[in-house]
Amino acid sequence: MKEDEYTELDFSDIIIGPHLNRREFVKLMGGGIIILFSIGAPSVLQARGRGRGYPDDFNAYLRIEEDGRVTCFTGKVELGQGVITSLAQMLADELDVTLDSVDMVMGDTSLCPWDMGTFGSMSTRFFGPPLRAASAEARAVLIELAAEYLKAPKDQLKAKNGTIFDKTQNKRRVTYAQLTKGKTIARRMKTKSALKTPSEFNVMGKDFLRSDALEKVTGKAKFAGDIRLPGMLYAKILRPPAHGAKLKSVDTSAVEKLAGVQLVRDDDFIAVLCKNPDEAENALAKIKAEFDVPDAKLDDKNIFEHLVNNAPRRNIVDQGGDVKTGEKLADVVVEETYLNSYVAHAPTETHTALAKIEGDKATVWASTQTPFPLKDQLAQALGFSSQNVRVITPFVGGGFGGKSRSTQAIEAARLAKLTGKPVQVAWSRAEEFFYDTFRPAAVVKIKSGITNSGKIVLWDYGVYFAGARGSQHFYDVPHHCTATFGEWGRGSGGPHPFGTGAWRAPANNTNTFARESQIDIMASKAKIDPVEFRLKNLKDKRMRRVLQAAAEKFGWSPSKAPSGRGFGAACGTDSGTYVAHIAEVEVDKRKGHVQVKRVVCAQDMGLVINPEGAKIQIEGCITMGLGYSLTEEIHFKGGKILDLLFSTYQIPRFSWLPKIETVLIKAEDISPQGGGEPAIICMGAVIANAIYDATGARLLQLPMTPERVKEAMAIYSQYAAVTT
Amino acid sequence: MEKVSFKLNDNPISLTVDSERMLLWVLRTDLGLTGTKYGCGAGLCGACTVIVDNRAVRSCRLPTKAVEGKEVLTIEGLAKNGKLHPIQEAFVKHDALQCGFCTPGMILNAYSLLLRNSRPSRAEIIESMENNLCRCGAHTRIVDAIQSAAKEMKGVS
Repeated sequence: MKEDEYTELDFSDIIIGPHLNRREFVKLMGGGIIILFSIGAPSVLQARGRGRGYPDDFNAYLRIEEDGRVTCFTGKVELGQGVITSLAQMLADELDVTLDSVDMVMGDTSLCPWDMGTFGSMSTRFFGPPLRAASAEARAVLIELAAEYLKAPKDQLKAKNGTIFDKTQNKRRVTYAQLTKGKTIARRMKTKSALKTPSEFNVMGKDFLRSDALEKVTGKAKFAGDIRLPGMLYAKILRPPAHGAKLKSVDTSAVEKLAGVQLVRDDDFIAVLCKNPDEAENALAKIKAEFDVPDAKLDDKNIFEHLVNNAPRRNIVDQGGDVKTGEKLADVVVEETYLNSYVAHAPTETHTALAKIEGDKATVWASTQTPFPLKDQLAQALGFSSQNVRVITPFVGGGFGGKSRSTQAIEAARLAKLTGKPVQVAWSRAEEFFYDTFRPAAVVKIKSGITNSGKIVLWDYGVYFAGARGSQHFYDVPHHCTATFGEWGRGSGGPHPFGTGAWRAPANNTNTFARESQIDIMASKAKIDPVEFRLKNLKDKRMRRVLQAAAEKFGWSPSKAPSGRGFGAACGTDSGTYVAHIAEVEVDKRKGHVQVKRVVCAQDMGLVINPEGAKIQIEGCITMGLGYSLTEEIHFKGGKILDLLFSTYQIPRFSWLPKIETVLIKAEDISPQGGGEPAIICMGAVIANAIYDATGARLLQLPMTPERVKEAMAIYSQYAAVTT
Repeated sequence: MEKVSFKLNDNPISLTVDSERMLLWVLRTDLGLTGTKYGCGAGLCGACTVIVDNRAVRSCRLPTKAVEGKEVLTIEGLAKNGKLHPIQEAFVKHDALQCGFCTPGMILNAYSLLLRNSRPSRAEIIESMENNLCRCGAHTRIVDAIQSAAKEMKGVS
């Protein structure tokens, strides 16, 4: 290190480990067996969350405590997806400690390395590699330190379960805790430490139960709404009846007289605060407010036409050959339009936050998927310096993309600043539906063509407002073009009457529904079994492998659709993972009700860290996917949301459950890919295709409600009457 | 403000509260028992389920006065002397949860089912769990866990 780099360091601001002050830091630098090899200034600053990008210093990720336990620090949060276990597995394996000796500190912006947020199935894919590298380096440093301590050559030493011993004299040993004494390890390795290969794994690649289960089954697990501070108040905020509505007049006199109720008004931001949340809700009901509500022009029926008419410029995602040539080559051309409605995230835990402000410092406990971005937003809203804001993320009760935006935390912080007391804001279920950033309504138009022998020669694809993710097909098509018109958006604005945003595998549910339905229509036109038709047009080895694995597990026997059996197939890719689903449905032809009987999912996600955890995510995807496929859609009139309760917005229930079977493809040569989202993307198409196979009716709109199923069957019976 | 007396997790308790207030908020705020969750406030999701005199009840819709003289069990009172109840044990062993927010309500609803019917069929489990919502999709494993807990408990209580 050059001297000028050294002197530029602001020592007062450096915490190499969370509990190390400047004096200790300098002492560490001074000598002893723990020596400073490289300060690596940028990485240390990144470790504090100032930088953008994962830090280089392994101390940002882990600390060996005096009692030998190991703390893992990650900006990722636990939403139910299970990274609390799988990230610990990675650390434990590379560091050579037992899994149950690892404690996770997650989503605390003062303790954890910076992270963009927990979304996009990125925790294992992108946080996994630096975490493993940090753990491997820490282990290598510990071996070096042990070599000095035991006065033995490094290659004579072996690490196991947090202890390093001399292979030639088993009794000569030293524990990690003895070496580090709870201090931060300041030494760094000169060269990159090798990661373990799958054959060397002791903890990764093995099934482990959720490590947070005990807390969660006993009620001890703390979510944001469970944090209690002395003197805290619970707030309820006055809300408009519709998006876009403006406060016209308000009469708060009834509330002002109430004892134990604090009223806060900051322009149109009006809240009541009480010592109990239910009292605040009662008090809020006493406020009389009138709003100017804009005329409702859009609703859940005319929205699709509006979207197509208001589409931004065409953006080509992928193309090859020439679609005009493809059309000439085609013996059969299929042109269809697919629709899907707005869908809510509806996590069981509503958006909740508790904010405490002391002087110019704020601490906010929030149910959020994005603690670090939230910290900056809070700083801006409060006019505080970002380093004076700390976001702590307790367990999060489901997110699915909806908690990437954390407006409730800003509201709590504003109120804490205005009242000088700690304030909790917990959205009601109605607020949760109202302020959700819905999966956008979307339209997909496809023109595709096949030859008489069943070869796809044309693919002309345009998707409106769902977004590009998952829009690129993977079939072997000579003339093709894939284009997007608009993305899934962030927050309000744009063509939607309210906020839209990322919803579990954003864009991909829409794109896979459209593509795999279209493929099925072509298979049926070609009079070829739908699995066989896909394989015939598919060169991609990984996709062929998952499709064949799913078909084998299901016991697929070829037949052209509609066979009356109610079997459907679909495949797709998301977050680097390949999935194929095969489903069996039963359709009540009189009522239009669809019961999914069985779903088989084969998934190639590369190297699997926790196979049990991966299977749980697949099961969750399949179950959740039943909702957007069969019932979930937000009804609205202008900015007024009509579905504000679980009575009209139906999410999957126990009686809907199909038999779920999962196949994880062994693909250890491929680095770990996404697991939280991929298996949801095929659900719309696999069910639509199975309904077609059962009835001959083709569903082109999600969700496939009984009314739409009956409508499609009526169209089919007219068509069948004409053609027979 | 009225005095309401009942047994809470085996301990007699007397509270002076506005007894029209829903039990959910009294548990969570006044008594600090945060294992009982708010999910919808309309009795539609089951996250707030507690046991009152051996029956599963939605505490978000239950005025506190309704538990006068009764026995209330919340998730915090289910494990005895540091030992998990067989249903809790089964939820852990089957990984029958993800985010865990609906879990206390699921476990207590299952507890009430197994009191009524110690050997429920799969169909009976599904029927009695139908109105407890889980967004993460842990349903299959929850059913498996309840079945295995029923087996475990057979002859125990």
